[in-house]
Amino acid sequence: MHLQDTKVQRMIEINEELCKGCDICIDFCPLEVLAISASINRRGYYPPEVVNEEKCIGCRLCELVCPEFAITICNE
Amino acid sequence: MKDDVIIPGPEKRLKPHRLLKFLRQEILPTTFCPGCGCGTVLNGFAQAVDELGIDPKDMVFVTGIGCSSWIPSPYFKGDTLHTTHGRPIAFATGVKIMRPDLKVVVIAGDGDIAGIGGNHLIHAARRNIDMTVLMVNNWNYGMTGGQVSPTTPFGVPTTTTPYDNVEHPLEAAELVAAAGANYVSRWTTYHVFPLMESIQKALQVDGFSFIEILSQCPVSYGKMVDMRKASDFLKFYRDQSVRVHKAKAMSAEELEGKIVVGKLMERERTEFTASLRRINERFRKG
Repeated sequence: MHLQDTKVQRMIEINEELCKGCDICIDFCPLEVLAISASINRRGYYPPEVVNEEKCIGCRLCELVCPEFAITICNE
Repeated sequence: MKDDVIIPGPEKRLKPHRLLKFLRQEILPTTFCPGCGCGTVLNGFAQAVDELGIDPKDMVFVTGIGCSSWIPSPYFKGDTLHTTHGRPIAFATGVKIMRPDLKVVVIAGDGDIAGIGGNHLIHAARRNIDMTVLMVNNWNYGMTGGQVSPTTPFGVPTTTTPYDNVEHPLEAAELVAAAGANYVSRWTTYHVFPLMESIQKALQVDGFSFIEILSQCPVSYGKMVDMRKASDFLKFYRDQSVRVHKAKAMSAEELEGKIVVGKLMERERTEFTASLRRINERFRKG
């Protein structure tokens, strides 16, 4: 099934200043859209970065599982 | 940072997180440890309130002492009572009787609700008073350094039981179901979508509704069992959890060490404050 074909324009927004680097979103993203970023934020944590945005199907698991309200998915 | 990776900066941001309107944003980020499940519970709760369209002004949050009591107070933008250790349900009973028009929500930890306030829990469930109780169970007293709690699993080392816990854990959800609550379920922070739906259901139920939420504590509990990442706990919850309908067909040996998740009880018994008001009206007329 080509999930990419049916997808609408999405944007994964990561608020790096709220992130505490627990990596739950990276470990549980079903399509491995996120990865650990190379840069640290103001508090010394490594926030996630989007590496495969075109794979995202907008399941919102990262948004709901994030303990810090740092990720949100915007559907256009 | 690579140039081809799109990470929107604050100036490019289309819109802020849609649940931030329920939070006191000036005190974010939360004081929870990195990877703490309390934030996930707050996220699921805010999502449930958003989908139900409840005005937070119509809600009162009652909490006790402990990490999980910080979930609504101070982060959720609603009226909160931050009470003494173990007594949130007792305070919430008072609030509900005087203001039956408000939705009373108790969010507290296992030490608060099952340990120190255990008797309040049993009798509030027996009365079937209309309130929603979310027990965030992280299997230890996390705020004070990881002491053994009534819900710590058997044979697990904690700070105060360094040679393994020799007590069997309290099954709080089953206890509340037996005591007479109208709605009882158990979920974990891995099952975020069913948890959110269950919170929605619990907020709508007329009567005592109770959700036991297993939540990871990678710092105080994780240091003793060598699970220092939040993902280790979530994988454990994923692998060890069994749905209620499957658990019914399993033997006691097979269920050893498993976490039974799902809706444990749903029934319709008369609610306490409604009965109280009826009595009040009957005798005021005469």
